[in-house]
Amino acid sequence: MRGLASLPKTAQIGIWLAVAALLVALPAVDRNGSHFNLLADAGVYVLLALGLNIVVGFAGLLDLGYAAFFAIGSYAYAMLASPQFNLHIPFWPMLLIASLIAATFGLLLGAPTLRLRGDYLAIVTLGFGEIVPQTFLNLNKYTGGPNGISSLDTPSFFGHSFGFSAIPYYYVILALIGIGLWLAYNLRDSRLGRAWMAIREDELAAKHMGINATTTKLAAFAFGASYSGMAGCVFASKLNLVSPDSFQFSVSVLVLAMLVLGGMGNIPGVVVGSLVLYTVNFIFLPQANNIAASLHLHLDFTNYRFFIYGIILVSIMLFKPEGLIPSRQRRAELRAGHNDPALAAQEQAQFTKVGAG
Amino acid sequence: MALLHLHGVSKLFGGLTAVHDLSYTVEAGTIVAMIGPNGAGKSTVFNVITGIYAPTRGTVEFDGQRIDGLKTHQIAARGIARTFQNIRLFAFMSAIDNVMTGEHSRMHAKIWDSLLHTPAQHKEEAEVRERAIALLEFVGLATERENYARNLSYGSQRKLEIARALASEPNLLLLDEPAAGMNPREKEDLIELIRRIRDRGVTIFLIEHDMGLVMNISERITVLDHGEKISEGTPAYVRSDERVIEAYLGKPA
Repeated sequence: MRGLASLPKTAQIGIWLAVAALLVALPAVDRNGSHFNLLADAGVYVLLALGLNIVVGFAGLLDLGYAAFFAIGSYAYAMLASPQFNLHIPFWPMLLIASLIAATFGLLLGAPTLRLRGDYLAIVTLGFGEIVPQTFLNLNKYTGGPNGISSLDTPSFFGHSFGFSAIPYYYVILALIGIGLWLAYNLRDSRLGRAWMAIREDELAAKHMGINATTTKLAAFAFGASYSGMAGCVFASKLNLVSPDSFQFSVSVLVLAMLVLGGMGNIPGVVVGSLVLYTVNFIFLPQANNIAASLHLHLDFTNYRFFIYGIILVSIMLFKPEGLIPSRQRRAELRAGHNDPALAAQEQAQFTKVGAG
Repeated sequence: MALLHLHGVSKLFGGLTAVHDLSYTVEAGTIVAMIGPNGAGKSTVFNVITGIYAPTRGTVEFDGQRIDGLKTHQIAARGIARTFQNIRLFAFMSAIDNVMTGEHSRMHAKIWDSLLHTPAQHKEEAEVRERAIALLEFVGLATERENYARNLSYGSQRKLEIARALASEPNLLLLDEPAAGMNPREKEDLIELIRRIRDRGVTIFLIEHDMGLVMNISERITVLDHGEKISEGTPAYVRSDERVIEAYLGKPA
């Protein structure tokens, strides 16, 4: 499954471009608008997963409150582009503004956690993930409380309103994912990316390499949050409303599960993982009854949705713990426990070959 | 010229004195060693120098400037690199990525360079990679370039740690028990490697248990016992110093 990474760079770029061309051309072929509605929503989760991958996959900082930044991005759009305060900042600059606001909160919420690692960090971020939606819920005066904020501005492109069609949102999210992928790859193969991974592997040794752990971790929180700020901006504008219950703990867990499922740290893996889990969670399970009926099975899944979802997650962790498309280190890490010298030698040979090629 | 100067350094952990009133000088361009029984405070001395611990009393000067109180990463950037007693490589990073990470403090790429891969970033990245390859060759790990650090043999891991430390182009290299767990052949390689590092103009300060190695390469040896300096001088002098023999073998009856 490590096919993509072992191909020459031009071939890899070719594959990415082919996939991109296919996705761009899709609306010309497929006339069913509801498909693009789903794809655009799935895209929001891809963007979220790419962002969380920077924090958890690259820098190794387990963040259980990632939905907080998604909420902040969404509310940023809702407050700055709606009748709420009679501010109507256009959608395009808002993409940048929302991601900057989210990144700022990434720094603010990251700062108190710098000395924490592993379990402790997870618990504190969990707390932040709860505080942020609660704050939006209780700041009635500014956020509309439990009702949220509605009739957000509909984005427009050179004077053409997005209207009620999902296709413009589909293109926006596609473009954002493209940019997000490019930046994630850039970061991975850079001074900063190596510093993140060094901190993930051994923070003390990283400091001895002259790496400033404080700024490096904060950069991870800020970059991770900026992705979800953009995702939130698209999410809010597409839904035309925001409310605190869209950003529950379950959203943070879902995005984290997407990473784990796809292969933590591996960018194509994260994309595939988020698409698969989105399909299971938002398409397959809600329609399980219809699917069963079409197969002439008389089963009622209504009450078993989360049970099935849980079984799928547990099975994947049992049978493919490194994720669908694991990164090299996740594979090695999880295999490290298995004392299988033959396998180790085989892997070693494979790595050597890749290195030489 | 004194490269490193510890002046009256003490380090207490609660009521326990790990290092007591230690004054110590490392001359530039030399190979010096610190020896002593287990628990004598040798590793604490390294940890004080690299800023893991602030000294309870006393000062540390490097290259004529005080470095005690600075953070570890700042001290590393000033030109002090180290290896660890228990190897602390970035296990799930390739050998070359380990060495390239070692060059961190010599690099200039800012966040936006990393983010956008600017032309300056491309150029620097290529240079850093080239230097890392040269360093892997220097320590004899050219063929292990793309292998994960954790998949290397024990001796190779020790060498990789040294290559990673050298990547920051340090003035002073601290080696914490570099020969631990090595077989005689690997030790010979190591001695030769340490000499070649010194010939690059790097001052070397090592902590070691292996007397053969220490006596062979060190120009000066300092003996620490219960956190205090009990002897200092040439290998021949230290070897015959009664206080040293006493510390290692106990008082004659």
